[in-house]
Amino acid sequence: MLKAVRRRSGRVWLLASVLIAAPVATPVLALLWQALQGSNGLWPHLLAYVLPQAFLQTGMLLVGVGVLVTLLGTSTAWLVTAYDFPGRRLLEWALLLPLAMPTYIIAYAYLDLLHPIGWVQGAIRAALGYASPRDFRLPEIRSMAGCIVLLSFVLYPYVYLTTRAMFFTQAANLVEVSRTLGTGRGRVFWRVALPLARPAIAVGVSLALMEALNDIGASEFLGVKTLTVSVYTTWVTRSDLPGAAQIAVAMLLLVVALVTIERWARRRQRYWSSAQRARSFTPHRLGSVSGLAAFALGLIPVLIGFIAPASYLAVEAWKRFRFAGLSPRLLSETFNTVTLSAMATLAILLFGLVIAYAARSLPGRLTAALQRISTVGYAMPGTVLAIGILVPVAALDRMIDQTALAWLGMPTGLLLIGSGAALGYAYVTRFLAISVGSVEAGFSRIPRSFDHAARSLGQNVTGTFRHIHLPLSKPSLVAAGLLVFVDCMKELPATLLLRPLNFETLATHLYGEAARGTYEEASIAALAIVLVGTLPVIVLARIGRWKS
Amino acid sequence: MAAELNIYTTREPGLIQPLLDAFTTSSGIKVNTVFLKDGLAERVASEGESSPADVLMTVDVGNLADLADKGLTQPVESDALKAAVPENLRDPANNWFALSMRARVLYAAKDLDLASFNYEDLADPKWKGKVCIRSGQHPYNTALFADYIAHHGAEAAETWLAGVKENLARKAGGGDRDVAKDILGGICDIGIANSYYVGLMRSGKGGEEQVAWGNTIKVILPTFEDGGTQVNISGAAVAKHAPNKDEAVKLLEYLVSDEAQKLYAEANYEYPIKAGAAIDPIIASFGGLKVDPVRLTEIVKLRKQASELAEKVGFDN
Repeated sequence: MLKAVRRRSGRVWLLASVLIAAPVATPVLALLWQALQGSNGLWPHLLAYVLPQAFLQTGMLLVGVGVLVTLLGTSTAWLVTAYDFPGRRLLEWALLLPLAMPTYIIAYAYLDLLHPIGWVQGAIRAALGYASPRDFRLPEIRSMAGCIVLLSFVLYPYVYLTTRAMFFTQAANLVEVSRTLGTGRGRVFWRVALPLARPAIAVGVSLALMEALNDIGASEFLGVKTLTVSVYTTWVTRSDLPGAAQIAVAMLLLVVALVTIERWARRRQRYWSSAQRARSFTPHRLGSVSGLAAFALGLIPVLIGFIAPASYLAVEAWKRFRFAGLSPRLLSETFNTVTLSAMATLAILLFGLVIAYAARSLPGRLTAALQRISTVGYAMPGTVLAIGILVPVAALDRMIDQTALAWLGMPTGLLLIGSGAALGYAYVTRFLAISVGSVEAGFSRIPRSFDHAARSLGQNVTGTFRHIHLPLSKPSLVAAGLLVFVDCMKELPATLLLRPLNFETLATHLYGEAARGTYEEASIAALAIVLVGTLPVIVLARIGRWKS
Repeated sequence: MAAELNIYTTREPGLIQPLLDAFTTSSGIKVNTVFLKDGLAERVASEGESSPADVLMTVDVGNLADLADKGLTQPVESDALKAAVPENLRDPANNWFALSMRARVLYAAKDLDLASFNYEDLADPKWKGKVCIRSGQHPYNTALFADYIAHHGAEAAETWLAGVKENLARKAGGGDRDVAKDILGGICDIGIANSYYVGLMRSGKGGEEQVAWGNTIKVILPTFEDGGTQVNISGAAVAKHAPNKDEAVKLLEYLVSDEAQKLYAEANYEYPIKAGAAIDPIIASFGGLKVDPVRLTEIVKLRKQASELAEKVGFDN
């Protein structure tokens, strides 16, 4: 009898994760279906003139961003973990701030800041005694290098976040041991901390690379023609959705291959933490000069990735405010953005918990597959995913409408799109991967022996979850929630395509102005996105500290 | 319940809101909008007969014609629309109508000794390293390239595009207004962009510094050697399953009225489509506009070819 209850409780979790994974997989299936519609002999042209270039550019972008975020993320994480200096506490959370800066905003900001007629180059010319921008100017930011640098300085926090947590929880004991055995400080980093942090770095880098791959605003603006831009061009300028879907599916295969290789490469690595609380690191205290240097060094990424563009936005917003006042729309847009993101975040967290827990308590092919499926949406270019979502959602909407008309004599209109539910669905599909990944990482710190103990003491699967996993994974849940919240707020393509009439968010407002080249009019909205995004980042940082 | 009307538009909200507000004031009809950049056709098609969309409004003739081709619009028989919109600026089957017009013009550094310009000159080697333009895949540029094909054929267009690419001062990209900024910043001497940005800049509506951007360039209306200046339109159609068709037609008729055409010119610095309607003084100062005679429907047909040619010569690479 007791056994039967336990088994049933396990089945509920499995069923629930199937119910979550199925709708998440639907948009991808819709795209596959689109891709099968034929593409009017598009491929020979694409293969000859578009894809080689696009692959090359995408490859360069990913390698560049990958290298740079790894360097920035791990070095800053090590800096604030292994050393103590004045301002370290501040730096610890400030290094997360660039998370709040959407890639499209940083591209707009720097294009203006670094333009020959902007004040940076103006000041340099004045200092060097040049009269006209024709005589002297800095290298063009609209380039592959410019794109790599800008994206890296807002995406490195993904690596910083995961790596720092790993340094804190895993490395402390081993580092201390190595130190007592006489290993030098530099060697400890290379020989002990870095190899230990490899999985964390891999997770952070893969998140950053997905974001870079999905970016369209910054790459397009900086003149980098990635695969995502090609998908977009094929769809929009050729009105060829099936063709675009085909490139998107090919891209997805590429991403899946990369992820599989990455998993395969570290298939033999296992990391356990002991059941006791990890001992916290005793950082090395730096002298005043080297301490100041350390602080300055750590501040650079924050300066480039957040302070400079945010200050620029603040100045522009202030100018705009004095020129045209505050739009009353801004308040409702902020409200829409925050409410929608908050509701979506709750759902995403809940679903992430269910999927990750089902995979943990009922290990097997099925749960592992469900876990993979739940991450598909994150790997698709957002513009294409939005179409993949639109097709099934609108079909369901029509069905409801027509059925209501036939049976009740009253049409319902578009219930899902009209109510904004379609947007919620889009966010879940897009960002479930983040929540599943973080929760999984949180669970992995809970020793298996706890599960076994709880089960042998008579708890069923659900009881074990409630008494063991939920309380112990709270910090990682909150962290995941904040990451997801910030991402929902910044989301653009799906929001643009799927929102109801008269419904604007801060991101769509900003995009509307940017689309006609008048982005200074949207500087207030841009600043609002950054500010609202900054609050959760600060909370996130506090949690990180509490955890450590 | 007051009459309502739903618009799906790719037109940036800031540009049409004043017109829609004026319409609501004069007609009492409430207007709901959703601004969709790309995927307008996909959304309307997916929503099918349940779609609340009444009016579909776009900024590019290609997108407008696409909607009609995909069977998402319905013909509108309206004497007012026929009388106001010249024949070459509307669909022969009355599925769509132009509402405003803008020209693809030349921005040039003020100190440049240049009085007239042909689009063909863009490929002239004397401009090597001196030309700025946005992406060759942007609808504004594909329409221009398509017009070139219509005048000179695909082969000549390819040679020309390769020549223009050779002349670029920087990667093709950014927006139209960046052309003015880049000329001011000394990156390039000439560039192709839309006419109305100059009105926005010089009028000071975007702030004082933009007046400087606008004044640093002069505007020349280029022509094809055997034609006129390339223009594109913003336009609208009534959705096939429009629940409020009468109100939709009313809006279209309002938008081509003298009052609205004047608003278009004042608020957006666009050329009115209605003969005899006033042009904003800033725009009028560019000189008389001689619209290229190639029909818009022809340009729509050549658009895909133009986009492929641009890729073939690696215009954006």
